[in-house]
Amino acid sequence: MSSLILVVSAILVIFMIVGAVVTIHARDLLVAIIASAIVDLVLAVLFYILQAPDVAITQASIMGGLTTAIFLVVIKKTERYEQ
Amino acid sequence: MIKKAFALLLVVIIAIFLSVTFAKIPFGYPKTVVGKYYLDHGVKDLGGVNIVTSIVVLYRGFDTLGEVTVLFLAATGLGMVLAGLREKDEKKRKKTPPSLIMRTETKLLFPMTILFGAYIFIHGHLTPGGGFPGGVVIASAFLLMFLSHKKWEAKEKYTKITEALAGMTYVVIGLIGLYVAGSFLENFLPKGVPGNLFSAGIIPLIYTAIGFKVGSELTGLLQNLRETTE
Repeated sequence: MSSLILVVSAILVIFMIVGAVVTIHARDLLVAIIASAIVDLVLAVLFYILQAPDVAITQASIMGGLTTAIFLVVIKKTERYEQ
Repeated sequence: MIKKAFALLLVVIIAIFLSVTFAKIPFGYPKTVVGKYYLDHGVKDLGGVNIVTSIVVLYRGFDTLGEVTVLFLAATGLGMVLAGLREKDEKKRKKTPPSLIMRTETKLLFPMTILFGAYIFIHGHLTPGGGFPGGVVIASAFLLMFLSHKKWEAKEKYTKITEALAGMTYVVIGLIGLYVAGSFLENFLPKGVPGNLFSAGIIPLIYTAIGFKVGSELTGLLQNLRETTE
């Protein structure tokens, strides 16, 4: 792996860690859902960098798309803010 | 305070063990013999250019049947849980219409998204993708329509029928393999020229069935979620 790709993936991993921390600590659940969607999409890019395009497509469509939508439906049906 | 100290200690211990373990494994180095076998013989044995789908559908076909069953059980379970929460009174649902831009755009996007999903699962043996992502893309097309058209709905009857037929197709293809070639889910069609659309034996057939099954299943799931109460 060349050093440029290594640097890019390191930046992406830092993005993922920040997103995960925001997901855990956000009181507004909408913010948490969007942060976790960012984690999933960045993970899809990382899978692509690691030469697993099949997994990347599945990750982006299922976790980034459909799961986020289902979470959004669920907070619309329940409550937006955590106590 | 002591609790926090113990938690920190635990994290440090886990980090040490993980780093010691992973330091000894070289990154990206092929360790197993079976992986090398798949890479060397996969295209010649089965005729599918995309080795991942060859493994998922043919070498590990039985696992995939189990996976599809798990997805079916999850969707059915959610449907059962939500069945008690159905909105009885249609008028209670909020009726703020979505914007004109959204309605017009999704009408155009809907067929194209479905076409893209179909492309993903039909070309599963040639390009990355396959039945599962293709089905999810189709379900997301239906999600767009659900978001933009309040009255538009996917009838539960049709999603259920599609799902059942696709699942049965998968099992019937497996049984034909048992009859013709001697074992369940064995390839019984000619392999063809690797790289052509009509190649790789039963992989395109099975992935088409899986695409229909996953797409209709997730569409039914979204429809169920949409019909429940606040």
